[in-house]
Amino acid sequence: MAQTLFDKLWDMHRVKTLSSGEDLIAIDRVFLHERTGSVALRSMLDTGRKPLRPKHVFCTMDHIVSIKTERQKDDARMPKGQNFIQATRDASKEAGIELIDVLSPEQGIVHVISPEMGIVQPGMTLVCPDSHTCTQGALGAMAWGIGSTDAEHAMVTGTLRQRKPPQMRITIDGAFQSGVTAKDLALYIIAQFGASGGSRAAIEYAGSTIEAMSVEARLTLCNLAVEFAAFTAIIAPDAITADYLKGRQYSPKDWEGATAQWATLKSDKTASFDIEYHIKAEDVPPMVTWGTSPEDAVSIFGAVPHTEKESSRDYMGLTEGAAMESLTLGGAFIGSCTNSRISDLRAAAAILKGRHIDKNLRAICVPGSMAVRRQAEAEGLDIIFKEAGFEWGAAGCAMCFYAGGDTFAPGTRVISSTNRNFKGRQGPNVRTHLASPAIVAASAIAGRICAPSELEKGGSNGQ
Amino acid sequence: MANNPFKQHTGIAAPLLENNIDTDQIIPSREMTSVSKTGLTGGLFAGQRYIKGRTLNPEFVLNQPDYAGATILISGQNFGCGSSREHAVWALKEYGFRAVIAESFGEIFYMNCIRNGILPISLSADTIKQLPREITIDLVAQRIGAIPFDINQADRTMLLKGLDAVALTLEHKSDIEAFLLKDKKQRPWIYS
Repeated sequence: MAQTLFDKLWDMHRVKTLSSGEDLIAIDRVFLHERTGSVALRSMLDTGRKPLRPKHVFCTMDHIVSIKTERQKDDARMPKGQNFIQATRDASKEAGIELIDVLSPEQGIVHVISPEMGIVQPGMTLVCPDSHTCTQGALGAMAWGIGSTDAEHAMVTGTLRQRKPPQMRITIDGAFQSGVTAKDLALYIIAQFGASGGSRAAIEYAGSTIEAMSVEARLTLCNLAVEFAAFTAIIAPDAITADYLKGRQYSPKDWEGATAQWATLKSDKTASFDIEYHIKAEDVPPMVTWGTSPEDAVSIFGAVPHTEKESSRDYMGLTEGAAMESLTLGGAFIGSCTNSRISDLRAAAAILKGRHIDKNLRAICVPGSMAVRRQAEAEGLDIIFKEAGFEWGAAGCAMCFYAGGDTFAPGTRVISSTNRNFKGRQGPNVRTHLASPAIVAASAIAGRICAPSELEKGGSNGQ
Repeated sequence: MANNPFKQHTGIAAPLLENNIDTDQIIPSREMTSVSKTGLTGGLFAGQRYIKGRTLNPEFVLNQPDYAGATILISGQNFGCGSSREHAVWALKEYGFRAVIAESFGEIFYMNCIRNGILPISLSADTIKQLPREITIDLVAQRIGAIPFDINQADRTMLLKGLDAVALTLEHKSDIEAFLLKDKKQRPWIYS
């Protein structure tokens, strides 16, 4: 019988079907971070349990670490944050797992460093107590976010009890219009089908648009699957995936054996899905959100729509019919597991070069990993960001969410390359508009929401 | 860890009838200040429950006299979407909630409920609107008063018995070990 890629990975990892009807699914890798992994590790150890395969459990420090360039090993962004850092360090040692600590050269956001270090690989199962674990499906892995209790379960038993989710395929064909990115596509999909539209399904992204995408763009697309209420997202591995992984620290030593198996990891031609959608890439405009759910996204050339979500519109301080490009900004942020990789920074720097941000605005760029930061510095991008008036940080989740400490002032309107525009997500009463790194850069220059193409028409702002 | 079994429960049901109530709203990240599953109840719905520091906001449903001591929460679509933070469920549990009734749930939040002995029930919007203030949930009979509800049987059993999933899975340890031996031959690079 014809199988989808997801069917194949599911069967490959099924230890057995339980009498409850759930499947016991083998978990190849567990990734943790200090925010939710610390409590999973502590709880596991306090119950007298140990990881079944400690070599296959990794932990990073990303959520609440200081993003200051001169940070020390215990420095956090939030009050009492050092408790999480120290508890994670102690528990990782006790559990015998690999910790990528604050001052490690590999440190960074879990979903940035896992691909970067070659930890996630095609055909693997990987879980993490972090909702954006779906990002890593971009490498052809079955990767999904879980709670802390299930993270304990995965570490101790090497498995999870899972019901097989329904399956969806979204096929995207053709070429994007100029200036449109994977981020715009993801927001377009959520706006089209709603924040519940993913129906708890495992989504395979397919089609010529996806086949032409870099791994980094695929990571951005898959990252937003959880905002679409999907179980996870996956993209069939191909030559682009293998080229990306070759020579990385944890990439398979048995390269030929691994790549031979990866070549089989695709949906059969006649495989059927529970839900299928088709999208033409040329229909996707550059997108920006207006409300407090990622589904509240419109073309950047559009206006605040008529809505029944009055509390959302009021929180954002908007009036119906206002042009998105007329909205004045007080902040701009480039970073997060969505858009903080080297290609994102290059796209933003191309716009910032020779220009300066609006004088009424605070702008921050935080690379997703220290490796991304080093690469950006080798290319001189840090100079471009700093000369344009951006703050330049050390790797972490940073301004993507607020846990106390430094952020934008209440009421500030912020354009952000992140994934969530929830009420209070970036700080009390901070108003978040989600967009691609290029739009964030152009908007920071203009001091209002602004498409890069508009900036080119008008030239620089006088710097 | 094992949970208190859930069989029947009668309590006051507090309505929070919006869609897409995310886990950042259920407990803002700034309220998670220690590496612990407890001590979180003060942070529950902190963004809406308080005004000016820790003064109770009289307009928020849980602060209204009619809903004092509520043990059941009622909401719309996609409740608990967003961050995977299990702290959302731990805070609800510590506050005293035993069940959440919504049109649909965020996937990770739903499983976190099952793992902590909280009953998540999906009902249609129309049915939810008709629920009275005080209701009796019977998980044995799968009914809320006279209204039947569906739940996955594996989840139902976990809740009815208050089972610890890790202990339950460890009963299959020999099957897991046999699987790993076989898999290691087929995918050696995963294990090196």
